[in-house]
Amino acid sequence: MADTQRPTSPHLQIYKRQVQMMTSITHRATGIALAVGSLLVVCGLLQLAAGEDSFNHFKSIIGSPLGVILLLGWSWSLFYHLCNGIRHLIQDAGFGYEIPQFVRSSWLSVVGSIVLTVLVWTYVLTAGGAA
Amino acid sequence: MSAKEAVVKDRRNPMKVARGLGSSQSGVGHWWTQRVTAAALVLLGIWFVLTVLCLLHADYATARATVAKPWNALLLIAFVLTMFWHAVLGLQVVIEDYVHVRWKEVVLMVAIKFIAVLGALAGVLAVLRIALTP
Repeated sequence: MADTQRPTSPHLQIYKRQVQMMTSITHRATGIALAVGSLLVVCGLLQLAAGEDSFNHFKSIIGSPLGVILLLGWSWSLFYHLCNGIRHLIQDAGFGYEIPQFVRSSWLSVVGSIVLTVLVWTYVLTAGGAA
Repeated sequence: MSAKEAVVKDRRNPMKVARGLGSSQSGVGHWWTQRVTAAALVLLGIWFVLTVLCLLHADYATARATVAKPWNALLLIAFVLTMFWHAVLGLQVVIEDYVHVRWKEVVLMVAIKFIAVLGALAGVLAVLRIALTP
């Protein structure tokens, strides 16, 4: 029966923390963050269409300390969701299901996303400041 | 009303109540569309990040001219549409998994669709305004 009171799976309290569990949860969390970030993309396009003053105002907001922190979070979210998304697509094609491969590809997503984020922000900073 | 109460009230055989409550036949379509939009976003997302990085210190006129280029406008519209489509499919799964109060689930599900459609239309209109006004 659907309304029986019992814990629903997965029973998080009895699981040992594993990297593949964290990558799965983080994939969802970054997905939600990116859905919010998609509104920022539209916002930027609207300001660009609205005129020079609006666009400069938008640029000054995303260039502010809070804006840069949000951009940093969104860029990492994007790269994580990208790397782990490619991993999931490969798994959907039927590859990489052995446990050692599964753990290795999990770490690959994490490390790959950090490397890409560092690369992009190094470029942004060496090219002379954000936004 | 729970399923159990429904049975007692209706005096119907439980099988009669259960029949037809299974798959709505749209799960595979959802799964597959999520993957196809994901594959598209791998390419469009990388293109978008590179384009934004190229515009890092561009002034307003340069940024506008870049978006107005036919290929860029086309890919931007594709990116905006695919992004919101993929976002709705993903958020739908998260809501189905974690929101167990039916009315909240339905309200959230409709809300994300309204927001996504408005966001997608606003994005497309913005690109068209930039691309079509000289």
